[in-house]
Amino acid sequence: MTFLVVALVVWLALWALNVWIAGSPLSKARAGKLMVPLIFGVAVLVLWEGLVRGLEVSFVILPPPSAIAAKIGASLPVLWQDAAQTILKGAIPGFLIGCGSAVLVAIAIDRSPFLQRGLLPIGNFVAALPIVGLAPILVMWFGFDWQSKAAVVVAMVFFPMLVNTVAGLQASERMQRDLMATWGASYLQTLVKLRLPAAMPFLFNGLKIASTLALIGAIVAEFFGSPTYGMGFRISTEVGRLGLDMVWAEIAVAALAGSLLYGIVSLIERWVTFWHPSQRH
Amino acid sequence: MKDMASQPVIEAKGLNLVFQTADGPVQALKDVNLTINQGDFVSFIGPSGCGKTTFLRAIAALETPTSGTLRVNGMTPDEARRKRAYGYVFQAAGLYPWRTIAGNIKLPLEIMGFSKAEQDERTERVLELVELKGFGKKFPWQLSGGMQQRASIARALAFDADILLMDEPFGALDEIVRDRLNEETLKLWARTGKTIGFVTHSIPEAVYLSTKIVVMSPRPGRITDVIDSPLPKERPLDIRDSREFIEIAHRVREGLRAGHHED
Repeated sequence: MTFLVVALVVWLALWALNVWIAGSPLSKARAGKLMVPLIFGVAVLVLWEGLVRGLEVSFVILPPPSAIAAKIGASLPVLWQDAAQTILKGAIPGFLIGCGSAVLVAIAIDRSPFLQRGLLPIGNFVAALPIVGLAPILVMWFGFDWQSKAAVVVAMVFFPMLVNTVAGLQASERMQRDLMATWGASYLQTLVKLRLPAAMPFLFNGLKIASTLALIGAIVAEFFGSPTYGMGFRISTEVGRLGLDMVWAEIAVAALAGSLLYGIVSLIERWVTFWHPSQRH
Repeated sequence: MKDMASQPVIEAKGLNLVFQTADGPVQALKDVNLTINQGDFVSFIGPSGCGKTTFLRAIAALETPTSGTLRVNGMTPDEARRKRAYGYVFQAAGLYPWRTIAGNIKLPLEIMGFSKAEQDERTERVLELVELKGFGKKFPWQLSGGMQQRASIARALAFDADILLMDEPFGALDEIVRDRLNEETLKLWARTGKTIGFVTHSIPEAVYLSTKIVVMSPRPGRITDVIDSPLPKERPLDIRDSREFIEIAHRVREGLRAGHHED
């Protein structure tokens, strides 16, 4: 019972602290802007810990954060090995190959109405295939190691990236294309100096969607066959052994990696599309 | 009555242009005959749908005439386009937001393969010409509409084409800015000796700027009157209160009205 009371008191105290910061001049400062979400995060963890321990929730249903943290601390080498396998070898190469080829295909589609009628429906068709059906097939084709995971990621990120890039290539204004024509610009010059820069906001929308999809794809693909390590492998085997703290540890790593990947893409976006109204400050 | 030595730069003979639309064919230009000489400042005036913009776009090879002949510097418009015979200024500035003002002006120069040093030199020169010196490092969205439009004129001037085609370049600007830019356009024309084709909705603007005013009317788009302006080349703004100015403006208005009556 004490756990519950302490947790509630700490939670309310932190809440009050945040309200006070939000109303004080500190809220305008950098420190204040960092502290508010940090305090909120701590409050959620404290409340979680207190509720789980106070109400004696079964470990299998929801382990307390302290147990998850202890598990993370105790199994860093395993977690790193899993993350390296799933993220560095599966998700990121798949993300790069999938997004890169989608941009190239989008340019080809944009150039030729024939391909537009032929390739877009195929892309659409592949995107509509359920991943749980596609993943085992790709594992059969490309083997148990990371190659099949990268292939699943390629299949997942390709279509959103393709659709966004095709839309982006049409984003330049007619007048701007006319201007290029009056200067006697070639197709390639128009593409490089006008249409690709104008497409960047769309490209980054696609990249942000793809960055989250890539992680999901790489993890889920491991459910259908993998070496004896990898985040998806670990999650599926630990669930079977009721090692839920390890499952949660993997989830924490996945959430962290996903946010990091998304953050990197957003950062590059801000740098590349500084001119777009959504990025001007 | 004008300079007899001047060369025809743009010649249209029996020009027709039909757009195929969902509602059937639309005759945008019907039997247009016009000669524009070297160094002329020609305004095209008329209500919407009279084909003035279409004619300008046809000169620029942005539209293809259905029949008739159109020569630019003795070439077809498309050949002239490839030879970079003209600079085009649209109603909106159309600057690329990811490039600075100087970067925008350099864009046509990059495309045409000017050397780096020449790009810089020309950019400085045209920025001075449109009175934007010192704004080269700004981005378009950091400037006012009038300044953006001046930058787009600088961009059209940078590669020194003989012909400048301007499609309602000041249409979106307020009267005061417009007056100033009109004055500057005249100065620019006097300094550079370019041939200018200028589309406008405004009678005073057309009369103030032009050596030749082409009055057009809609449905089908055609020329109803061509007025050679007797106004001197030097034109202070208050010339707009002179008797001659008012007489020409009156004739333009009559021409526009006559075109409308036939509806």
